[in-house]
Amino acid sequence: MSGLTLAEKLWDSHIVRSEPDGPDLLHIDMHLVHEVSSPQAFEGLRAAGRRVRRPDLTLATEDHNVPTLNINAPIADKVSRLQIEALRKNVEEFGIEIHKLGTLRQGIVHVIGPELGITQPGMTIVCGDSHTATHGAFGALAFGIGTSQVEHVLATQTLPQFRPKTMAVTVNGVLPNGVSAKDLVLNLIAHTGTGGGQGFIVEYRGAAIEALSMEGRMTICNMSIEWGAKAGFVAPDQKTFDFLSGRDYAPTGADWDSAIADWKTLSSDNDAIFDEEIVLDANKMAPFVTWGTNPGQGVPLRESVPDPSSFDTPTEQDSAKRAQHYMALEPGTPMKSIEIDIVFIGSCTNSRIEDLREAASVLRGRKIASSTKLLVVPGSVAVKLQAEEEGLDKIFVQAGGEWRGAGCSMCLGMNPDQLLPGERCASTSNRNFEGRQGPGGRTHLVSPAVAAATSILGRLAEPSDLHSGGREAY
Amino acid sequence: MKPFLEHTGRAAPLPQENIDTDQIIPSDFLKRISRTGFEDGLFAEWRKDPDFVLNKPQFQGVSLLIAGENFGCGSSREHAVWALQDFGIRVVVSSSFADIFRGNAGNAGLLLAEVSRATTDKIWDALDMNPQVELTVDLEDCVIRFDASVAPFTIDEHTRQKLLLGLDDIEVSLSHQEDIEKFEALRPRWRPSIESGISKGPTQS
Repeated sequence: MSGLTLAEKLWDSHIVRSEPDGPDLLHIDMHLVHEVSSPQAFEGLRAAGRRVRRPDLTLATEDHNVPTLNINAPIADKVSRLQIEALRKNVEEFGIEIHKLGTLRQGIVHVIGPELGITQPGMTIVCGDSHTATHGAFGALAFGIGTSQVEHVLATQTLPQFRPKTMAVTVNGVLPNGVSAKDLVLNLIAHTGTGGGQGFIVEYRGAAIEALSMEGRMTICNMSIEWGAKAGFVAPDQKTFDFLSGRDYAPTGADWDSAIADWKTLSSDNDAIFDEEIVLDANKMAPFVTWGTNPGQGVPLRESVPDPSSFDTPTEQDSAKRAQHYMALEPGTPMKSIEIDIVFIGSCTNSRIEDLREAASVLRGRKIASSTKLLVVPGSVAVKLQAEEEGLDKIFVQAGGEWRGAGCSMCLGMNPDQLLPGERCASTSNRNFEGRQGPGGRTHLVSPAVAAATSILGRLAEPSDLHSGGREAY
Repeated sequence: MKPFLEHTGRAAPLPQENIDTDQIIPSDFLKRISRTGFEDGLFAEWRKDPDFVLNKPQFQGVSLLIAGENFGCGSSREHAVWALQDFGIRVVVSSSFADIFRGNAGNAGLLLAEVSRATTDKIWDALDMNPQVELTVDLEDCVIRFDASVAPFTIDEHTRQKLLLGLDDIEVSLSHQEDIEKFEALRPRWRPSIESGISKGPTQS
């Protein structure tokens, strides 16, 4: 009999009960809650007279709706304000800890979990948010759920789930200089298409993945949903343990030793068989950018907008045509000639301290183009304070950018940070869907380094373009 | 949840693939805290175009959508399912559905009928010929009947039973209380709980 994949081990170790042909009932180690996907779930509990089974395994924060300016004033948008107030009322009624806007632990739900040390190897973690696989970077089984499942977890601390298939994404080699985790994952999604991971739990592995920092691994796992995967994770290693050591919720003393002993067992067996495997070569990767309206529609930044007729199927061709119409792009246009109105550095994909350091290193001593706006939104208050301690905020502001408070912000425009119709954005976020950043807005997904270089030249660019003064770029 | 046995109605074609939940309901509508009344949010941006299929006179009053593959990808927002239901959609037919959307639909009572690409093609052709064609989706036999055709569809047995009987998943899981307690008794003590970290460090600015 062959060995087990880590996905199977994580799954099996959380089965409360199973029935032949039925779903497994999985226990959930941590349930993260935010204001958008929870109000109807709490209402459902109230209507049925149910309680929250494990408030001690539930944590709430405010992120999707929150303004990033004037955060101490009442929220101007009445509907947003009511939603935040509903969350505060609900967590109080049901006894759940919350990190409110204006407090030190507030931030994007997928940023604060890891930075508080709540996200640990071997756990099951869910949240009413599709980017929950971010926590998989720590070797946790983490996935997004809908509101009725939020209600289910609140009431039972379990979820009935069918066992997904397993996939390995093995990335060999070394990422060239200037190529980041974001480029890697955009590259992968262009390879698989937006639905290529459907029905799979994915283990990211190989030399290029091992070489990534925890922040880089979070960026990769974060975008698992963008190619349809149920969850994505990286097996924990010394980097994982070092990241967690000393954090607020990390175990201490003898508990830390027991935890490490357990975490060291969390890897796929050598003879484990995956249902599918994708192998990629990091050496061949380059900075990547999307041209279309789903995250799979991307090309290397040095290339051009593709010709729709170059796609294999009529459906893909139609989809490319439709996307290029929406994006107001012509086939053959060099990506680096595309002018950008707004650069957004933020979101659960790329708003951690390392992302901000990367962007700041490009912007240091430079000015952004007069035609371009730059919005930098840290993922959490902790990231914001750390960045300010390092003086990164000054670099952004001196370059002509705006330094904001923590939240999801322009990733999905539920707060006032939105694109206007026709505005074009280079964004470090995760989705370039039509209207995602504001009705009629156009999104190009990029890495923090590409975002920073783009803000300086006013058109899509990578840091190496800056040395030539931007003249020769394409 | 009301039991779902069979539904007959007219359908609108949405042959595009990868229709994401940001299109099904834009994020602006997600600020509401109610559980109903999301019909105005359904495809809100696309409906601004008079040529969009749901604006055409021949597709008024439809209760089925026949969509391209990977329908419902992207955000986990269950509001996408509620918006479809509030608009009057009872069944979505496609050659594939995104995972989270599928779970949400099952819980909210929206039937997702997964068919072969040949079947979606055939229904689109039928609608092309006659937009008034009525389709019957039979959940007991897992078939779609239209014109003189009968096409099979698939749905996992658990969700099928849940829809047929109108069951509530939470009630079922709560009935396994003892198993949950047994499992929790074995949870390692070093796993985090929220109390364990509250006392460490300030939370107020």
